[in-house]
Amino acid sequence: MIKAVGLRKSFGDFTAVDGIDVEVAPGESFGFLGPNGAGKTSTMKIIGCTSPASGGTIRILGMDPASQASKIKARLGVVPQEDALDADLTVFENLLVYGRYFGLPRATVRARAEELLEFAQLVDKRDEIVEKLSGGMKRRLTIARGLINTPQIVLLDEPTTGLDPQARHILWDRLFRLKREGVTLVLTTHYMDEAEQLCDRLVVMDKGRIVAEGSPRALIAEHASREVLELRFDVADHAERAADVEGIGARVEVLADRLLLYVENGDVALEQVTARGVHPMSSLVRRASLEDVFLRLTGRSLIE
Amino acid sequence: MTATTPAGVSTAVESPPGGGWLSVLAYWMAVYKRVWKGTIISSFLAPLAYLAGMGIGLGSLIDSGERTAVEGVPYLAFVATGLLAAQAMQTGVGEATFPVMGAIKWHHTYEAMLATPLRVQDLVRGHVVYAAIRVATTVGVFAIVSIALGALSGWGVLGAVVFAILGGLAFAMPVYFYSCRVRSEQGYNVLSRFVIMPLFLFSGTFFPISQLPAWLEALAWVSPLTHAGALTRAAALGPGSPFVLDLGGYLLHIAYLLLWAVGGYLLGVRALRSRMGA
Repeated sequence: MIKAVGLRKSFGDFTAVDGIDVEVAPGESFGFLGPNGAGKTSTMKIIGCTSPASGGTIRILGMDPASQASKIKARLGVVPQEDALDADLTVFENLLVYGRYFGLPRATVRARAEELLEFAQLVDKRDEIVEKLSGGMKRRLTIARGLINTPQIVLLDEPTTGLDPQARHILWDRLFRLKREGVTLVLTTHYMDEAEQLCDRLVVMDKGRIVAEGSPRALIAEHASREVLELRFDVADHAERAADVEGIGARVEVLADRLLLYVENGDVALEQVTARGVHPMSSLVRRASLEDVFLRLTGRSLIE
Repeated sequence: MTATTPAGVSTAVESPPGGGWLSVLAYWMAVYKRVWKGTIISSFLAPLAYLAGMGIGLGSLIDSGERTAVEGVPYLAFVATGLLAAQAMQTGVGEATFPVMGAIKWHHTYEAMLATPLRVQDLVRGHVVYAAIRVATTVGVFAIVSIALGALSGWGVLGAVVFAILGGLAFAMPVYFYSCRVRSEQGYNVLSRFVIMPLFLFSGTFFPISQLPAWLEALAWVSPLTHAGALTRAAALGPGSPFVLDLGGYLLHIAYLLLWAVGGYLLGVRALRSRMGA
């Protein structure tokens, strides 16, 4: 569906995307994970054919954005970071107006819009002015709008950023449904839980480069451990306590407010810690996540 | 146009599968349908106030008996034809300022449009046609009010309306270009104070530019509004008035307005393309 080789994007002296290779298969749900400024949005804009690549090659559905942008876009669904809805129009009008941009017949757009209202759970908001909708509803409408042309690939840039937990779960549920219907999803996120929930496969991006690639499970297995033991001490600098727990587990990571111990079994590790006479203020055992993968690969947290 | 594929095969470049400028026009009309009530009052009241105040009020003061202030026509008719063109300018400029900045910067409308098969030129074309429709409505209402007040009469008014629309576009398109370049709405204060307002006053709307010192009169001919006014007066006041034009005169004024409209359009497409990073 998408194949990029050595893809680059620069703005003047600044290189946003620095030679990445990406391949997305049909029906796959593919993610770009990374902190703000990692080059995710720039990459999405190249795939969405709204910003030309500065170097490398890219084919989307076998076509070149440089010469066939409109044809590619006719088969893409784009859900941008900013909703960009028409605030003065109603929910239904937003769908109608957008459908016409694709040159679809009026009757087709109407029928499709009614279906999508159902999909986005906005049937009872059909004639409401968009300005009055909640953030989660606007987001669902933006997704519905992106589906008006029955796209083969849906691009979602930070689909749930800024939403409350409940709204996020409703949205994830909708995206799962799309995935089950065989739509190829490409999304960016800086939320590890979102990446774990939605992505079959993902790449971790940092400073315009891909630093790791694989399924969430494989990445965790490769770059982290099964469990993580978090320890908090009543000290200004946690680095001074790192030596006390050295050797327990595969690795110790020092954060500003806690120590992370990468271990197979968190409870066993905690017993070892106390056996050494070390008594943290608090402790927490959890499963390793993509956050730990990112920390391992870049030495930084995803959300700063 | 042709393009060469990596395999070296020359193919015709896509005829775009999208809804084209018509779908962009449909968007603007859908938005206008929400707000038209507000604009209809101003597009009706403003000309009424101008015609009553300037035309009838001032006109009755300066026209006395057989001698009119502007030779050959009642001042009311003179000012009505001038205002017809000026009203078109105001509307054309209005539709090419805030709505365009909103679509580029505040509401991301253009970003959403460009995620679809629509091309940059479709966006600009859709807006030109929309601006033309808005100018036509305002000028049309103005013409009807003028006829009702007895300021203008005859089929020539219809021609004057068409010329006013052309004049409106001669402003709308260069201002559209400006909107694609300007970073904040502060730029519109500059535009309105130092360009539109002086043009409104010194392009022959309220008095013949022959009243101006020679150098200012020459400068006034640079203003598209002067040419639009010459055309509306020639069409509406026609033969028997001092504003009559021969074919060459018509063509010259039309060509000058087209230069601004087409030039503004071409620059606008280029500027929007670079602004949208496409």
